[in-house]
Formats: sequence, C-alpha cells, structure tokens
Amino acid sequence: MIEIISESRCIECDICVKVCPANVFDKTGAAPVIARQDDCQTCFLCEIYCPTDALYVAEYADGPVAITEAEVEERALFGSYSRALGWKRGKPGGTQLDTTHRIRVAQV
Amino acid sequence: MSLQQKDPKGSDPLHLEADVLVIGGGPSGAWAALAAAENGAKVVLADKGYLGTSGATAPSNTGTWCVAPGDDRAQIVDRRWQRTAGIADPRWMLRCVDRAYENLLKLVEWGYPFPSGDDGKLYIANLRGPDYMAFMRRRVLLAGVTVLDQHPALELFSNGETVTGAAGVDRQRNRDWRVDARAVVLASGGCAFHERILGATGLTGDGYLMAAEAGAILSGMEFTGKYTLAPHGSSLNKGLPFRWATFYREDGTEIINSDGEPLRNGIGEREKEIVRAMIKAPVYARLDQAEPALQEWLRQGQPNCFVPYDRIGIDPFKDLFRVTFRAEGTVRGTGGIRIATSDCGTDVPGLYVAGDAASREALTGATSGGGGPNSSWAIASGWWSGQGASQFAKRHELRAAFRSVSRPLGEAGLRPAGATKASLTAKDVIAAVQAEVLPLEKNYFRDGTRLETSRQTLDTLWSDVRHHLGGTGADRYRNREAAAITAAGRWSLNAALARQESRGMHRRADFKTSDPACTRPILVSGIDDVRVEAAEQAQHGKELAS
Repeated sequence: MIEIISESRCIECDICVKVCPANVFDKTGAAPVIARQDDCQTCFLCEIYCPTDALYVAEYADGPVAITEAEVEERALFGSYSRALGWKRGKPGGTQLDTTHRIRVAQV
Repeated sequence: MSLQQKDPKGSDPLHLEADVLVIGGGPSGAWAALAAAENGAKVVLADKGYLGTSGATAPSNTGTWCVAPGDDRAQIVDRRWQRTAGIADPRWMLRCVDRAYENLLKLVEWGYPFPSGDDGKLYIANLRGPDYMAFMRRRVLLAGVTVLDQHPALELFSNGETVTGAAGVDRQRNRDWRVDARAVVLASGGCAFHERILGATGLTGDGYLMAAEAGAILSGMEFTGKYTLAPHGSSLNKGLPFRWATFYREDGTEIINSDGEPLRNGIGEREKEIVRAMIKAPVYARLDQAEPALQEWLRQGQPNCFVPYDRIGIDPFKDLFRVTFRAEGTVRGTGGIRIATSDCGTDVPGLYVAGDAASREALTGATSGGGGPNSSWAIASGWWSGQGASQFAKRHELRAAFRSVSRPLGEAGLRPAGATKASLTAKDVIAAVQAEVLPLEKNYFRDGTRLETSRQTLDTLWSDVRHHLGGTGADRYRNREAAAITAAGRWSLNAALARQESRGMHRRADFKTSDPACTRPILVSGIDDVRVEAAEQAQHGKELAS
C-alpha cells in the first residue's frame, strides 16, 4: 500500500491526486495527503507518475506496514520502480528496450 | 477530513450530451472511444479512476494474441480452439485476431515505441501496461473525446426502448454527473470481487449490474475459478515468473508431485496440486529453475514482478518466499455480459459492451483469457463496440428530447426498497461475499452442496442489500460496488450450480468429467429472481471436424 509522501521531495504538483485509479490522495494547501490508504490497490503507478520520486508504495497489499522515510531513502527505494521501467520525471520511457519477447520464447 | 468532502452539498451537477458514452477507461474503453470518434461521433468517456492508470492492463506487462495474416493463421486459431474446452467460436476467434492485428499496426503507425525483436523487426506481440495506457490516453484526447476522470458511473438511463445515457458521481468534486447519449458502451471491466490484485481492485462488476438492470443477459458467469500465484500478501498476480518456480513446504522440503518428482511450474498442468497443497498448509516458492540469462530477461522484461521481492529485500531466484493464490473472478475468468450482435451489442438496444465487461467465451471458452487473448479481445471488442455504438447513434440522430422521457434504472445500493440501515456497510457486504466466492476450497474446487449453501447465504445477503444498503454523497459508488459484487457472486453461484459437469476452470468434485451435452454457454439474467438457462448447443466442434 501507499505508505509515504516525502514532503522534502514533493513539489506539490498534485499529479498523484489526479492519476491514482483508486482516489487515495487528497489535495491540501501543501503536499497531498494519503486520505484513503485502505483503498490503495498497490499498483505502484503513482510512483512512476511522480516527477520527483516522492512516493513510496510498500509491497504488502493487505494492510499498512511500518516503514519510515529514512529507511526508504537509505535503501534507495524512492523511484526504484521508475528506474527499472525507464520512466523519467513522471514520463513514460524504456518500453522500446523491453526484453519480454525473449521470455515468451523461453516460456514454451 | 478531505478538502473534497468539506462541502457536503457538493457543487452543481454536470450535464453533458454525446452521441456515444463510454463507461470505463481501460484499453477496451480507449479503443471504443477512438473507433466512435473516428466514425464521427461526439464521445464522452467516463472512468471511475483515471484513463491511463485504471484497469488490469495499466500496471501490468501483457502479451497480445498476435496472429499475422498468412497461410497458417487458421491453423493457429484452430490449435488454440482445441485448448478452450469447447464453447469458444472459431469465427469470433478469427475476427478477433484479425482486428487486433490491424489495430496493433495502427499503434505502430501512431509511433508507439515497440521494442525490436532479435530479428530486428518490431515486436508488437507485447504491450507494457503503463506505457500503453499513457499512449492511449494521448490518442483519445487527440481524437477530441471528452474524458471524465474520477467519475464513477452509478446507473444507466432508458426511454423504455433504448439506453439513453448514464449518471454517476464526480468523486473528487463531490457532485453528480449525467450524460445523455444515443448509445452507451460498457467497458467497465470484469469483477474480481474486490480482491487486492494489481489493477483489479476497482473492477467490481459495476457494468454487469447496470446492464442487468436494463435487461441485459449475462453468460459464462460460472467461469470464475481462475487464480494466479503471487508473493504472499502482495498484489502481484503475475504468473509468468512462476513458470520457473519449485514449490516447498514451510520447513524448506520440496513438495513432491503425483509422479514422485519435485512440484514445479506454477502456470502449468500441476496448478491443481499446488492448490491442494496450499489448502492444507502454507506453500513457499523459489524461482530456481531460471538460468542466469533468463533471470536477467525476467528482471528487465517484468520489472513489476520484482518490486515486491526488492522491497521485502529477498532474491526470489535464491531465497524461499511464501506464495498465495489470488482470485481473479471474471477479470481472468471469462464470464460477463452476453454479446448478442457482431458489433458487440447486448440484448438491450443502444447498449454495447467491450473488454472484460463482456463474456469472452466466444474467444476463450471455459479457459482463462488472461494475458494475450484478453488483451487482443480488449482491442478488437473495443473497436467493434465503438463502431457499433456510433452507427446506432447515427440511426437515432433525429430522436428528439430524449432526456425528458428517460428514467434512471439504478436500484440496489442506490435506491433501497426499504429504510437505509447505517449498520449495513459496503465493506461488510463485500467481506461476506468474499467469504463465499474467494476461498480455494469453495471456488477453485467446487461441490454442489457447498455451492448451494453459498447461494443461500448470498440470497439472504442480497435481500439485505436490496432493502437496506444506501447512502448519500460521493461515496454512493461504494454501495453500488458492494451491490454489484453481491449480484455477480449470486450469478456466478447460480451458473456454477447449473453446470453439472467439470469444464476448464469450472471444477466440480461431484461431476468430475465434461459432459458433451453441456458444450454450450449458461445464460443468467434477472436481479432479484435469478433466471438460468442453457444457450443453444455449440456447433463449432462439428464444423471444424467436418
């Protein structure tokens, strides 16, 4: 589930509020807040749309977990999914390098 | 309290008019909107979430069923037909691969960044979800479609003859919306019973309930016994990496299969044995059958699959980790709204259906269309439904003042038959349905007695929902989701009881074999009183054999 909005990384663009398919976030006068954490479907898409890698979604989907911003920072997990995909600054990228065609051949 | 909810009265309702209203912003809804716009229609697309991130495709990396025109095309289709456990229709399978191929070429033409295969040619048989759906959003906006994000639909409108639009709620501005339309495409996805799986938690069968209220028939609703492995507690119901898994008990010893060998391959014929082991005790896995080169391709090609492992801090190729089977309802199952015409019209005039909201039995029969087939189906059925709906809109262009004679059709969860009970919450209703339709021992392996008990439980629950579930404000969509999940559960159980055989993902312990007389879809309809009937016997097997 969505666990962290880093206030130090957030630029208050509210893109996460707009793109979340489960409407988890709310706008405020400053950084958005996680208003409905239990609605999160753990799809990780808010992370890749965030232009400043300010969001962290934990892998556990069935409920909240205890993880701190310091730990996420320490383990370099902010933006790790974007980097794996090749998305940059919240914009698509990297799909032209997808190696899935090789897996499909090996799968048979 | 959130900013959106500070104003309990909400703002003025939004009223729009369109030729075609598309409900749902996954791939099939996007293709439907593009086809209708290309046909000259004024199109509005309303999505519960956001066109680009909504639906099961956006967070995934999906293959397509990609069959190029050529001499062996019919053979390829025939080979797949042999694997559909009957019921599928080779004519629909052929049209689907042809339409999907044409549209994949459109993506090439539009500049979608497909990767190159090792032969240097573009590899169009795979679509990476986030990139694909971000691209589709841009195309839909370029086509002049009005996109309403975060606008869940609550109900359809009808003038007594045709569907004339829909209404819902803008959940971020807390206001109602209504779109008067000459035709409506339901591209609202399947129903995964609110299981927490990637992209499908919001797929709650809303379209089924809206369609059934308008008089549509559903088909194949018994085919909900599809489950996929995921790391325990995660949302990652992506089976592919488990192709290279070995399965273990909690103490680290290998689970031995029925042939005395270690149990391997989570997406093959041994799936039932993994399920049996999991019903008894926790099951662990390790992706230890993947060679180093393949490990690298998996990591590069399926980065979403590795997010959980990286975040837990384990190496799935070396470490044991606990796994679970996630239920996928009709998202990777095949049931849905019955298609009555070749342009994806339903049994209700003016109402069209696309993607997982439609029954996919014609394409995948009693087996899962998960991955490639469903992806191609979304493209093809989206296109056909958009064309069909825009043609219908043209034929009904001169119909005047249809708003004044239209009435809303929504009932359960929206307009309860009795007094609203505050103690009856959407969350509790969903949990009660899940207890009947998700457990492996009830729904993966089925049995007439248990199905009957579940049906009675859900009939009682339905009566409560019908009479007492309701509310006001932007959260009304949650009650509708709960009502739709309950209705889908009842349709599924009724169809599962009626299919007195085993076929594909419908596994009856009390009828272990397939019965040739049952090679036909089972149709369900009705809201309070569920009607079940067998469709005509499929003739395709005979045609193919002759």
